[in-house]
Amino acid sequence: MEIFGIPLQAFLGQLMLGLVNGSFYAMLSLGLAVIFGLLGIVNFAHGALYMMGAYAAWFCLEVFGLNFWVALVIAPLVVGALGVAVERSMLKRLYDIDPIYGLLLTFGLALIAEGIFRDQFGVSGQQYPVPDLLQGATNLGFMVLPNYRGFVIGASLLVCLSTWYLIERTRLGAYLRAGTENPKLVQAFGINVPVMVMLTYGAGAGLAALAGVLAAPVIQITPLMGSNLIIVVFAVVVIGGMGSILGSILTGLALGLIEGLTKVFYPEASSIVVFVIMAIVLMIRPAGLFGKEM
Amino acid sequence: MGGDLSHKMTARGRWAWGAALALLLAAPFIGLYPVFMMKAMCYAIFACAFNLLLGYTGLLSFGHAAYLGAAAYGTGWLIRSAGWSTEMGVLAGMGIGAVLGLVVGMIAIRRQGIYFAMITLAMAQMIYFVCLQAPFTGGEDGLQGVPRGALFGGLIPLKSDVALYYVVLAVFVAVFLAIIRIVHSPYGQVLKAIRENEPRAISLGYDVDKYKLLAFVLSTAIAGLAGSLKTLVLGFATLSDAHWSLSGEVVLMTLLGGMGTFAGPVIGAFTIIGLQDYLADRVGSWVTVIIGAIFVVCVLAFRKGFVGELIAWQQRRGKPAE
Repeated sequence: MEIFGIPLQAFLGQLMLGLVNGSFYAMLSLGLAVIFGLLGIVNFAHGALYMMGAYAAWFCLEVFGLNFWVALVIAPLVVGALGVAVERSMLKRLYDIDPIYGLLLTFGLALIAEGIFRDQFGVSGQQYPVPDLLQGATNLGFMVLPNYRGFVIGASLLVCLSTWYLIERTRLGAYLRAGTENPKLVQAFGINVPVMVMLTYGAGAGLAALAGVLAAPVIQITPLMGSNLIIVVFAVVVIGGMGSILGSILTGLALGLIEGLTKVFYPEASSIVVFVIMAIVLMIRPAGLFGKEM
Repeated sequence: MGGDLSHKMTARGRWAWGAALALLLAAPFIGLYPVFMMKAMCYAIFACAFNLLLGYTGLLSFGHAAYLGAAAYGTGWLIRSAGWSTEMGVLAGMGIGAVLGLVVGMIAIRRQGIYFAMITLAMAQMIYFVCLQAPFTGGEDGLQGVPRGALFGGLIPLKSDVALYYVVLAVFVAVFLAIIRIVHSPYGQVLKAIRENEPRAISLGYDVDKYKLLAFVLSTAIAGLAGSLKTLVLGFATLSDAHWSLSGEVVLMTLLGGMGTFAGPVIGAFTIIGLQDYLADRVGSWVTVIIGAIFVVCVLAFRKGFVGELIAWQQRRGKPAE
């Protein structure tokens, strides 16, 4: 069977790859949106944190012999703790000044992290094996789905939706949203806003690292993997608008799919399609698809 | 931001400018390596162009390398493969910078602040991918072997480094003076007003989008000029000319030297290029770490930059009663 002259299997395979990429876009843009909401900082280091998550998984396996499932817990905790340290020592000094300084500081931090990892590992990639439990593939009748890819999509959807639930439906989330609106008032109600801000950055960093661990078996782990991705994620964030959590999740997945489709029909454009869509969206709806006009 | 260094110029300030110009004029004869000096001046032009946006208009473009890179490729290809003269190639490079700036600017000025930075970064990444895949850029190898040619139909051959050095110096001084002129013009005053308080500028009846777009195009055209000159100097254009890390470096040059000052970006560019040149063979990939660390220190503790701190120090000294 063929679709537009392309074998159905290959077509669905590319869509699946697109959806996997889309899950990473969704997880990363979600973290960016949450951090931006509360801290007012565009976290350029998000890509570096994602890269460190992948390396943390690799370390766990190669150095300590800890398997994927342990890494899935440890890596976000370690990177999250690093995020907390960064917030306490540096970012908190920038809350009262122009937000571009937050972008520049995190850009500098990303350079530092990348430089250190490049010094240690060079530019060539590390391989991370697919965990034993998720080896092989399942025949769905219309296509063969590699188990691990299915797991990545399911796991990241679960993470994204839990984050959405946490922020939109729980008391803690209500504090967070209130802190986004008016931190002084929330502080006056007896909630420790600085601690909340610190933990939010830590959680965002942990989320990026979790995406990194999930990505480790399906990509080459390289020091530059984060920066190349984060620029695409910025475009995703601009397209979706940072106002809405569900919006960032949907936009991330949709753009991953569109990228996958472009790979099938016009591979040369696949690396720029997201940017082209961003330009078109800005022309029609400058605030982004789910954003509120400011 | 107190950038009026040349406005109420003191005697000491005039001496400093004169000394700097004398140093640049004498550079090839006092042992300063001309190719290094030319490269540094190209980046100084680039940083001055960037400063026109960040320092005087308050717009953070995070993708300025794209214009430098595209112009570097354009000039290189036109001179090497299409047989254009050197002057026309360089002018075309400026044109490429201006046209790309017009397209990206029209899209990016629809959002403010941090979004503007993200959009310019994303658009620059798109231009980077086009440079990577386009048939005439030589992909990963870059565009090699661009001849320098000669100016005015063979009157001034540029083969020797010293001849080209004085051409680059002349362009650099012209750009520097042009930027001072732009900033002090009525147009430049409106840009400053937009930087200080955009809503108020709107309420005074200024079409701020038009002003911002013109500033953006001016800046990208000059960035293109820097890229074209760089191709002439080094004889090649590579992907790193268009890469986001260069976009970050030009922010750092401007920040370190002092944004919103005339001399700041020049000093910043010479410092960063000199540092990279010095460190390149000595520390390997730690260059990136060091550049990142300078970034962090600048943002946390040195936001005015060299020149900004100097001006603030002079002002503090000027009124000791407080």
